[in-house]
Amino acid sequence: MDDERIFDEMWGSDAQLRGPYAQFNNWFDGEDPRHLRAKQREAEDLFRLTGITFNVYGRAEAEERLIPFDIIPRIISGHEWQKLSRGIEQRVRAINAFLYDIYHRQEIIRAGRIPEALISGNEAFLPQMIGVSPPGGVYTHIVGIDLVRTGPDEFHVLEDNARTPSGVSYMLENRETMLQMFPELFSHNRVQPVQNYPRDLMRSLAACAPAMTASKPTVAVLTPGIFNSAYFEHAFLADQMGVELVEGGDLRVVDGRVAMRTTQGYKPIDVLYRRVDDDFLDPLNFNPESRLGVPGIMDVYRAGGITIANAPGTGIADDKAIYSYMPEIVEFYTGEPPLLKNVPTWRCAEPDALAYVLDHLDELVVKEVHGSGGYGMLIGPTATKRDLAAFRKKLKARPGNYIAQPTLSLSTVPIFTRSGLAPRHVDLRPFVLVSPAGINITPGGLTRVALKKGSLVVNSSQGGGTKDTWVLED
Amino acid sequence: MLGKTANGLFWMYRYLERAENTARLIETGQRIALTRLTESDNEWRSILQTAGVCDGYDAVHDSITKDSAIDWMLRAKENSSSVLSSMSAARQNARFVRTALTHEVWEAMNGGYMRTRDLLSRKVSERDLATALGTVRQSTALVRGSTHGTMMRNDIFNFSRIGTYLERADNTARILDVKYYVLLPSVMAVGSAVDNVQWETILRSVSARGGFRMVYGSSTDPRDIAQFLILDKRMPRSLAFGVSAIRTNLNHLVANYGHRPPSFGMADHIERSYLSYDIDAILDYGLHEFIQKVLTLIEELGQQIEIDYRFYE
Repeated sequence: MDDERIFDEMWGSDAQLRGPYAQFNNWFDGEDPRHLRAKQREAEDLFRLTGITFNVYGRAEAEERLIPFDIIPRIISGHEWQKLSRGIEQRVRAINAFLYDIYHRQEIIRAGRIPEALISGNEAFLPQMIGVSPPGGVYTHIVGIDLVRTGPDEFHVLEDNARTPSGVSYMLENRETMLQMFPELFSHNRVQPVQNYPRDLMRSLAACAPAMTASKPTVAVLTPGIFNSAYFEHAFLADQMGVELVEGGDLRVVDGRVAMRTTQGYKPIDVLYRRVDDDFLDPLNFNPESRLGVPGIMDVYRAGGITIANAPGTGIADDKAIYSYMPEIVEFYTGEPPLLKNVPTWRCAEPDALAYVLDHLDELVVKEVHGSGGYGMLIGPTATKRDLAAFRKKLKARPGNYIAQPTLSLSTVPIFTRSGLAPRHVDLRPFVLVSPAGINITPGGLTRVALKKGSLVVNSSQGGGTKDTWVLED
Repeated sequence: MLGKTANGLFWMYRYLERAENTARLIETGQRIALTRLTESDNEWRSILQTAGVCDGYDAVHDSITKDSAIDWMLRAKENSSSVLSSMSAARQNARFVRTALTHEVWEAMNGGYMRTRDLLSRKVSERDLATALGTVRQSTALVRGSTHGTMMRNDIFNFSRIGTYLERADNTARILDVKYYVLLPSVMAVGSAVDNVQWETILRSVSARGGFRMVYGSSTDPRDIAQFLILDKRMPRSLAFGVSAIRTNLNHLVANYGHRPPSFGMADHIERSYLSYDIDAILDYGLHEFIQKVLTLIEELGQQIEIDYRFYE
């Protein structure tokens, strides 16, 4: 990659301080780096005390780890955000309409805009959902759209997370930590609040309650349990919403409702915000081995006795082959050209594309269509010869399993290092709530940052950190 | 409230209380070892027995030494009732019931666990022992304090208190169970005094020396000690106090839920039938038999509470 073309969100491409960072830069110049280093450590202690940790799969002794937090905020102007959020809203509407369509009349296939095999042959497509209309017509109650930036006005969607986007607790706790450590920054800058998210989430979920719900819907969060990597977040959200955090073992179907075992007997649930994958949701309808789900919940769901958020079967929208059709999908359902760009994508299932990808493997990023968390991915420019050879084999064996994208020159934002500010690559995951009452986007989102110099991998499971993300009032 | 949450709260506070009681027992043992002229590892055996960890200790040790007894009670991972294991279990249960706790209680619990874990990450030298045990007691006190200061007085609070007092009553009963033979001969020989050291052990291990002095002055009459630890309703670690607190909290649940399950009747029965007489009646019954009986009843009460409030499926 060509260093000169990298866009820094604080200093632009030409070392000119950009507007949104003006106030912050004044403040930073007046600070003693030693004091800031102490603050950086203080932030870590705060995170440990609050228990904002994640569990790493397959590592018993390092059971709980912190996601590194960087104290330098990422700052976005109100104007930039407005533009972005229009694009996000358009995309989320389209995803929701797409999901309704593929589980009903499949107009998009009839219209020849996407190949039939892409849906029917997709592991994430749930035949059990065909003809099922979720309450309020909402499939994706909570969505995270991963964005990357390559220039002052250039944002691309890297992937859509319509299944179970995680990370929102970090967005909230990062802000909480910044407010505690640097209150003065918030009196100099007018930062749009994120703290309403739990309230908005609660309202949004309640608005999706099934029609049969009496008055005040009972909402609960379903977690796989304390050993899940995102357990903290599940507990955090339940706590912030003031609802129960349940596991499969707490639930059973009683009189046609999904009910939780309380100290006073079984109590029905109206809306279940589940953080358990489709496959584990119902041992009677999906994976019979699952102990994380509720036997028979799908039957209750189909009968309209409970809202499951996100709806089963939404995971297909996260598929990276589907992603490559997203511009067509947005246009098909909204009748408008897409406001947010996709990253150019080669579908390795197509012979011409595969030939190109094999020829240019060392320049490309190759991803599994069902992969997530940065696993099973090849970054051509930094890969070893052995990695490349191994991937070439995999590609030839199962081309339909992969897509490829150019390595973008992702924007950078400064992080605080021993030698002062240093630019690192970032992405952004804004969080979107969908209900019949409308679409709600929290200003900002989760900024993930690759802490290693030059690295493009921002995943927390692979050495990424996070930052507080500010959207300013203009 | 979820049955699972009631279960988690109950055990979080039981383990917290256990960590504190074990720390106190170690302090007592250490104190006796230091003030005795002749070394007596026998005392450590009875301390291990009081903590209910003697069998586990014997399974992996050939003999009892002060160092290994302290280490077993303080930090052994194989000992599920060691201070470290108890704090870790309390904190794990707190993670389970995170949504039922206030932010302050959770931070006190998590912070207390982290301090304890760091302090006990390697063997504690004799010189550092007092500080380490002090930190454990402060940590548990902080959780208790924030519980009182910030938690709603609802079923969450009730289950927390029930866990605390069941563990505490059990602990006091076990101290008496292990030491009854010390009290007993002297009770029979009216007018004789309990061995000073034994007297100290018993009162220290429930932090009751000051309280006892306040009530009985300089008495060393074993009847007074037995009366104080079993029946005194002002003494927060006596059996009568603990069982009465359990009954009170169960009664709140009865009022709150509008349902009177068997566990309430059991607590009521223990209080009325065993803890409402004077010490002479207990001595007539037989001190040993009495303590055994109460220990069994408390255990059964715990099991009934688990059933009544659907802790498990």
